[in-house]
Amino acid sequence: MLLQGSYDGSSFFDLLRHDHTHLLPLQHLPQLSPSAADLVAAVPFATTVLAVRFADGVVVGGDRQATEGFEVSSRRIEKVFNADDYSVIAIAGAAGPCLEMVKLFQIEMEHYQKIEGEVLVLEGKANKLAQMIRQNLPAAFQGLVVVPIFAGYDFNTQEGRIYKYDVTGGRYQERDFYSTGSGSREARSTLKKRFESNMCRDTAVRLAMEALVDAADVDIGTIGPDISRGIYPVIKVVTKHGIEDVGEAELRPISEALLAHLKG
Amino acid sequence: MAMPFYVSPDQIMQDKAEYARKGIAKGRSIVVVEFADGLLLTAENPSSLLSKISEIYDRIAFAGVGKYSEFENLRKAGIRYADVKGYSYSREDVTTKSLANAYSESIGNIFTSNPKPLEVEILVVEVGHQPQQNEIYHISFDGSVTDHRDYAVIGGQADRIRTYLQDNYKANLSLQEALSFSRQALVAGYEKTPVEESALEVGVLDRQRPKRSFYRLSQDDITQALKAVNGASE
Repeated sequence: MLLQGSYDGSSFFDLLRHDHTHLLPLQHLPQLSPSAADLVAAVPFATTVLAVRFADGVVVGGDRQATEGFEVSSRRIEKVFNADDYSVIAIAGAAGPCLEMVKLFQIEMEHYQKIEGEVLVLEGKANKLAQMIRQNLPAAFQGLVVVPIFAGYDFNTQEGRIYKYDVTGGRYQERDFYSTGSGSREARSTLKKRFESNMCRDTAVRLAMEALVDAADVDIGTIGPDISRGIYPVIKVVTKHGIEDVGEAELRPISEALLAHLKG
Repeated sequence: MAMPFYVSPDQIMQDKAEYARKGIAKGRSIVVVEFADGLLLTAENPSSLLSKISEIYDRIAFAGVGKYSEFENLRKAGIRYADVKGYSYSREDVTTKSLANAYSESIGNIFTSNPKPLEVEILVVEVGHQPQQNEIYHISFDGSVTDHRDYAVIGGQADRIRTYLQDNYKANLSLQEALSFSRQALVAGYEKTPVEESALEVGVLDRQRPKRSFYRLSQDDITQALKAVNGASE
């Protein structure tokens, strides 16, 4: 059983497509009736995520809420994940397929590294993700959209880079910042107004938090920092030294200041 | 129609085994040694690009001797097997025992049914959460699998090296000591001490590391570690 497969490349995703089709998520989705909109109301959706570039890399953040129709499905969901040691993936869309894609993508990175003994360059990773999103297109037509942001540190250009995607697998590089998900419009306008090139890390973290608080202020799908429950957005800082998770100790004072500002 | 000559199964197997052994004997050896923080795999490898030691999964590593293309295929198959299993179940469900059995089955099948057996010997090792949970499996060219404690060796000079390991192995070595010990064991494999020592390829499974416990030592790391131990003993 070990040497039976016919696939001989270094991609885990392609390995599944060749030899283990039954393990691929959403490959056998039945054609649903026009009332498939019900499906969209029945699965949790992850909402706002964003990425901002700063002097030494990139800050990626996401709020913690998932919604099912008009209900809160989870207050503690995480939407920003380490893809490998120097890149992160942030997801918005149908939570199930999104999380499945993240898991697959993480294994993809690791698998390639183990088989080849080399790490993919950032653009290679971004392209691979585009192919995976393209495979999800049939499901996207039924409302199960997966649109991640991919960001990481590029060792060739010595800077942080941000990639956004559309449902067809289109991949676009964003220069400075990007946000996607239900609260993204509001988050983007904050980022647009407040963005400065070559920010320091602390300013970038604060800006990411501010954009999320603004998104939560307008969008019912997004939740800001929940100080009473001790739930804070996930914020990750990616630099050439790796990925750092910003902890509660740092996020709490920022959150209090931002919320106090809302109070006026 | 001409009848093929009858050759007894005994003879066929013996011939195949001899063929495989000859192929393996040409290659250099690899030793794995248990040390305080995990397992240390050391290979004599003149090439710094074509590696004989590799990571398979979070706590599992692979080492192969013999024909490069053949153990390279086995290595990749092992990574695929482990990643698919870890993806469809959970990361903890990928066990070295099942991987070693899968290897044993595949290599054994090739040995019996193919005209040409694989000219490889491999080690599949796992670092446990506790030292007593370490696992070392040795799979031979005919698919026979054996498990070992403390140390194991594969390759052309295995017998002499094993004797050295048997006589000199101590538990709870530090990483540097284990490396120096492994190097001495590899040197002991030669009938005559070679004039110039071959470059070493070293992989470590470190219990303390989170998630993926495998890492490689660079040539600089190796030189420094050896210097540190030799300096202390002088």
